Amino acid sequence: MKLVIKTVTKPGSTRANKTGAWRSFMPVFDHKLCSKCGICGIYCPEGVVNKLENGYFEPDYEYCKGCGICANECPKKAIVMVLEGK
Amino acid sequence: MSLLKPGHRGCAGCGDAFAGKFVLDALGEDVVIVSPTGCLEVFTTPYPESAWGVPWIHSLFENAAAVASGVDAALNALGKKNNTKIVIIGGDGATFDIGLQAISGAFERGHDITYICVDNEAYMNTGIQRSGATPLYASTTTSPHGKVSIGNPLHKKNMPAIIAAHGSPYVATASIGYAPDMIKKVKKAAQVKGPTYVHVHAPCCTGWRFDSSKTIEVGRLAVETAMWPLYEMENGEVTNVRKIKNRKPVEEYLKVQGRFKHLFTMDGKNESIKKVQAIADWNVKHFGLE
Amino acid sequence: MRKNMVVVEGSYAVAHAVKICRPNVISAYPITPQTHIVEDLAQFAADGEINCEYMNVESEFSAISALIGASAAGARTYSSTTSQGLALMHEALFNASGMRLPIVMTVVNRALSAPINIWNDQQDSISQRDTGWIQLYAEDVQESADMTPQIYKLAEDEDVLLPAMSCMDGFILSHVYEPVILLEQSLTDEFLPAYDPEFVLDPKNPMSFGAFADPGTYTEFRYKQEKAMGVALEKIEDIANEFKDIYGRYYGGLIDGYILDDAEIVIMAMGSVIGTVKDTIDELRSEGESIGLLKVRSFRPFPTDAIRKALKNAKVVITLDKNISIGKNEGALCTEVKACLHNTDNRVPVIGFMLGHGGRDIPMHVIKKIINKAKLVEKGIFIESEYADLREDLA
Repeated sequence: MKLVIKTVTKPGSTRANKTGAWRSFMPVFDHKLCSKCGICGIYCPEGVVNKLENGYFEPDYEYCKGCGICANECPKKAIVMVLEGK
Repeated sequence: MSLLKPGHRGCAGCGDAFAGKFVLDALGEDVVIVSPTGCLEVFTTPYPESAWGVPWIHSLFENAAAVASGVDAALNALGKKNNTKIVIIGGDGATFDIGLQAISGAFERGHDITYICVDNEAYMNTGIQRSGATPLYASTTTSPHGKVSIGNPLHKKNMPAIIAAHGSPYVATASIGYAPDMIKKVKKAAQVKGPTYVHVHAPCCTGWRFDSSKTIEVGRLAVETAMWPLYEMENGEVTNVRKIKNRKPVEEYLKVQGRFKHLFTMDGKNESIKKVQAIADWNVKHFGLE
Repeated sequence: MRKNMVVVEGSYAVAHAVKICRPNVISAYPITPQTHIVEDLAQFAADGEINCEYMNVESEFSAISALIGASAAGARTYSSTTSQGLALMHEALFNASGMRLPIVMTVVNRALSAPINIWNDQQDSISQRDTGWIQLYAEDVQESADMTPQIYKLAEDEDVLLPAMSCMDGFILSHVYEPVILLEQSLTDEFLPAYDPEFVLDPKNPMSFGAFADPGTYTEFRYKQEKAMGVALEKIEDIANEFKDIYGRYYGGLIDGYILDDAEIVIMAMGSVIGTVKDTIDELRSEGESIGLLKVRSFRPFPTDAIRKALKNAKVVITLDKNISIGKNEGALCTEVKACLHNTDNRVPVIGFMLGHGGRDIPMHVIKKIINKAKLVEKGIFIESEYADLREDLA
């Protein structure tokens, strides 16, 4: 890796680091209960809960740290934190 | 897709990450971000990676406002300023304490910059030490509660008032718990010409000791108990406040945080909680929150 | 040559030179004896003679910090400071060098507090020799002015990209009036191209400046800074020669010699004391003494090879230091010259004299006294390092 001077680093290069490996609990989204309000999308600190084409939401599990905020904030209780078994 | 890319090293549930994300959501690509040393800077830029999808510079801990002043001068001198917004996103340690002089100079010179203070109420990146933003009685590692101590004995410095006293045309408080409100205020601050300031409350699950899932909830409790008043000041006058319906007593806010837990078990707990309640009551009266 | 000369204050000559170099951003915080430089620049700006943003900052720390931001945004930058102000910048000096920003600063050398003292010595810039800044020392006002475009060209070279200090002795050079040739605009536009860095803060091409480097990468950043200093070693000579070709004026590159080749006793010095040393040498040479001067112009990068070569035939070397490292009882030039000779066959004695601290005047008889003391080496009396001008009545 050639060092770029000025400690200049390229934008968005943290994407190489898959923080999904951090979590113990993963959010499971139940679209049947979902009202498509988008609160989960706004209140994900990683910005990885994305709107699907059909208007429902899904997290990018490669980066989701399992913080549980989406589940805590969902007004319809459509998201449940589940212990991830591996 | 957020301009603050994932893969950064912020704690799960990090309040600073929210703040960074909402600022970029509000402002888009045509920005230059200046960060002082702190959690947000450290967890977004471990060489050779960077989470920032916009131009960004970190110099030192105490000079972000001076660095931003230089960026402003340079873009003007080179004829490259156009509509580019120069935004400082700094923590409370860098803002209230070590960087205060540079902020004062920058605001006095009247640069066209926006300063966003991301306030998690302590020096979090170095391990949760007390700052000028640490509220009364909070237990931090350098103001711990103990046999003869009730935690931080000092009041939180009133930064928005200090900035307003510099003649800033727009000063606002915001909270990550109220994202649309914060985004609106950041947009407005960037649009107003001259040095503007948005003070963002950013609860820290690691430092305040609550479950990572509660970051937004705690942010809301701060506002609902009037511990964190939401208001705007234009040219020194309070012009807009978010009124509180059904104000909650401060215990609701204090009891969910490990940093205040000692207040419920120590001697004289009623007296101390009364003092905290007095702060909330003062906010209600002073800003007309009810 | 004489008709182009005007009698101006040293500070004015330097401020004028800065103007001619077309800086984009100047930050200024006043401190004696730098004040006239920033005041003259302010007047140029007020009269529309300089197309730049002139910032009145609230401390020297903010002065250098503003330039860090401005340089990262692609501006050619300038500031000036001294003594306490330079010391206040200490943290940011490392930062600017590590971020490879070619900021140029005139350091108007002044003593450090405590005790507080506004007069000249070189403790201030010497104390910053580890910060990764290029340091060049000027002998007189003409050189101070002419150093300005040279140092910009050096700092901004794409293979150097290090910040640089142009050092001139406070009051002695800053406040003296001398006949000088003011820097020529047309020649400078030819000599010094516009600053055009590869990476800048630009929304159209976003980059992150100032990441943190863990143990796995930090060393290589530092190594690259050192390598850039190595490039600067060559470029200083090239640039001095190029300046000579275009402007017809030359002051040496890394070093310069004055009646050096056959000198048995060699005096090494930096800065304005060189003028007095040259006069002393002229006098003593006319009396048959074998004395010469080795001027050190570049202190960082330290010209090890050039110095070793220049001292090959010396029988005694005298170093003059307007600074002291308290606890070592030696000035920096003395220490570094001794060190650079150590691993060679050259066992020439190096005698260190500290003098002129806090602005104490250095008349010719003090130089003569030093030379006489150095001659005692022949009698086996070796002085490691001492003050040349200590007042016994106060000591």
